[in-house]
Amino acid sequence: MPFTAKSGKFNASIKAVTLGSGDKATTIGGENVLPFYTFDAPIEHAPKVGIEVTDFGMEHEPDCVKKYYEGCTTAADMVKKAVTFEGVDFVSFRMEGGDPNGANKSTEELIATLKEVAEAAGDMPLVVSGSKNAERDAELLSKAAEAVQGKNAIILAAREENYKTVGAAAGLAYSQIVGAESSVDINLAKQLNVLLSQLGVNPSNIAMNVGSASAGYGYEYVASTMQRIKAAALSQNDAQLQMPIITPVASETWGTKEATATEVDVPEWGDVESRGIDMEVETAAADLACGSNAVILKHPVSVATVSKLIKELV
Amino acid sequence: MALKGLDIFKLSPKKNCKECGSPTCMAFSMKVAQGAADINACPYFSEDAKAQLSEATAPPMKTVKVGAGDAEYTLGGETVLERHEKTFVSKTRYASTLCNCMDEAAIDARLAEIPKVDYERIGERMIVEMIYVNYSAEGQYDYVELVKKAAALGRTLVLGVTDVEVAKAALAVCKDGKPVLNGATAENFKEMNAVATEAGVVLGVTGKDINELYDTVKALEDLGNKNLVIDTTGATVKETFANTVMVRKAAIKDNDRTFGYPSIVNLAKVAKGDAHLQAALASIFTIKYGSIVVFENLTYSEALPLYGLRQNIFTDPQKPMRVEPGIYPINGADENSICLTTVDFALTYFLVSGELERSGVPVNLIISDAGGLSVLTAWAAGKLSSGTIEKFWKEHDIEGKIKNRQLIIPGKVAVLKGEIEAKLPGWEIIIAPAEAVQLVKFLKDMQ
Repeated sequence: MPFTAKSGKFNASIKAVTLGSGDKATTIGGENVLPFYTFDAPIEHAPKVGIEVTDFGMEHEPDCVKKYYEGCTTAADMVKKAVTFEGVDFVSFRMEGGDPNGANKSTEELIATLKEVAEAAGDMPLVVSGSKNAERDAELLSKAAEAVQGKNAIILAAREENYKTVGAAAGLAYSQIVGAESSVDINLAKQLNVLLSQLGVNPSNIAMNVGSASAGYGYEYVASTMQRIKAAALSQNDAQLQMPIITPVASETWGTKEATATEVDVPEWGDVESRGIDMEVETAAADLACGSNAVILKHPVSVATVSKLIKELV
Repeated sequence: MALKGLDIFKLSPKKNCKECGSPTCMAFSMKVAQGAADINACPYFSEDAKAQLSEATAPPMKTVKVGAGDAEYTLGGETVLERHEKTFVSKTRYASTLCNCMDEAAIDARLAEIPKVDYERIGERMIVEMIYVNYSAEGQYDYVELVKKAAALGRTLVLGVTDVEVAKAALAVCKDGKPVLNGATAENFKEMNAVATEAGVVLGVTGKDINELYDTVKALEDLGNKNLVIDTTGATVKETFANTVMVRKAAIKDNDRTFGYPSIVNLAKVAKGDAHLQAALASIFTIKYGSIVVFENLTYSEALPLYGLRQNIFTDPQKPMRVEPGIYPINGADENSICLTTVDFALTYFLVSGELERSGVPVNLIISDAGGLSVLTAWAAGKLSSGTIEKFWKEHDIEGKIKNRQLIIPGKVAVLKGEIEAKLPGWEIIIAPAEAVQLVKFLKDMQ
């Protein structure tokens, strides 16, 4: 008697969200099966991979990333190069310098850089990330949504503290896609989606960042949050959790000691570049296996590897 | 099909003697049906009834033991598909590959490489637990010799060999280490079964597709062998993932016991030559149902994030991960360096220690016993208070070990400042910012 597998196809599906507006516009979500379960039903829109550049340009990048951007001086230069790397589906620009506890750059300066970056990205879809400071991001991301009007970019992200300002600017005034960021909890994720919907944001223009961590750093919470969200969205048809998930990986992993400890400090660990890449791809792969529809990475080899992984699996 | 409590009750002695610890036979039967009690706890069930029930009440997935002594590992025995439902019980184990198709220099290099990964992470020793010793008919190197060399490292071996005679010869030199014989196919399963059973080792089943795997496992079960693992590796990455998921899902969700065995996923086959792709795949198969995941060459680079991920995924979803209480000197801190205290919740520890390391400032991080709870939860539960800190200071002789008298406390429990000052005379208590990310700036500003 041969083996008969029962189909795990669901009647509900994740909402398909298209980002970008030009020839390279790309769609995430839309699936009605668990991540990579192509044997249950075909997955039309494979997960996507983004590459991150920050407003600090080359300044804060580790040497192993810098070497891929030789000759670049500004963030826009880097973006021009980044869009040519293998496997890049979108560009993510992070305004790290906006953090009031950090460089605290002026909004004018950051938005000017963003405009250059958006220009350099050309047709490539864009994700704009803030400073991680909710108060600052309310202003910064609202201005950013205005600055990249027509790009159909993901504005990452509106949080519970600033969703009214960011959500209204990105989702209502300038018709971008609203990134909804919550911290590793299914109820918080749902609540923010409900709040954004009540504000008038079209649920089909929301992408969630449900929180992230590096592999080994409390990752069980990330895994369970994503898995539970996908289960609720698909098996219980919970419309307020059917938004696709986008997960920033690079901003987490490149600060860990696995990726930064020098070969002088821990000779037995071996090549620091390889460690950085493995931390990034292993975390990204875990995110994808748990339900992320897009990941944001930094190292060109990581981007190529994860892109290949997705192609192999879908 | 899982049995209902009522079906079990029908076969029970109906004496209500309470010897099993349950108040009535009905209650006991319900517990057995849920898997909360073992049927053998009742002395009066007839052997007939037990035999009838044991098949139906058996766990959906078998637990298989491989290796011997320190290198003994338990595989399988899972009851759920996702970790938030119930704890995953048997960790994914990782292997590096040796092959008789490699030349001697490459073999020696790999043998030297394997023991290099050896470190401790939150109380757990991390090593390459297994070695996959592959046999290729074209290989030039003597296979039995290779198995001997591999066995000398003291790790559990997986013998990837489908040639019955070669398997016999290899087992003759390594069967005491309880290796896995990964070699049963649709063609040779009878002979391989005899070899594995005689040597008392677990038999791995391979097949050209999932249907052939299914038939071969069934045929082996009919021969009476239930000491099996299933090699779910397919021709491609996609097929491998599909096989691995379908096998586990059939066992756990659809109660198909034929697929209720642990898996072997061989990344060295489907992602040969691409170490970073193998790393990414290992991560996926740690979350999704790989029992033994085989690399070509597993080094620190792949291991560091992967073993951390495994530690995260295989934790009890209801019990937070804890770190050992004590003094953790950071950035080369000594007895004169400033102290900072927080709770033993692993997530808090990682966030805080990570930020402290980034600051570059030497700090003695003092982790007190707070029951593995986060700062505010511990405070609310009375497990982080001036009293617990005072007690911890005494028990661990902090004042004898550290000369510095400045202590930074979590910003979220700023209210404790006065009480701690009263309990720890001579100490200057400083309040940290509320969030760990602000620590870098805070410490730099303090200097």
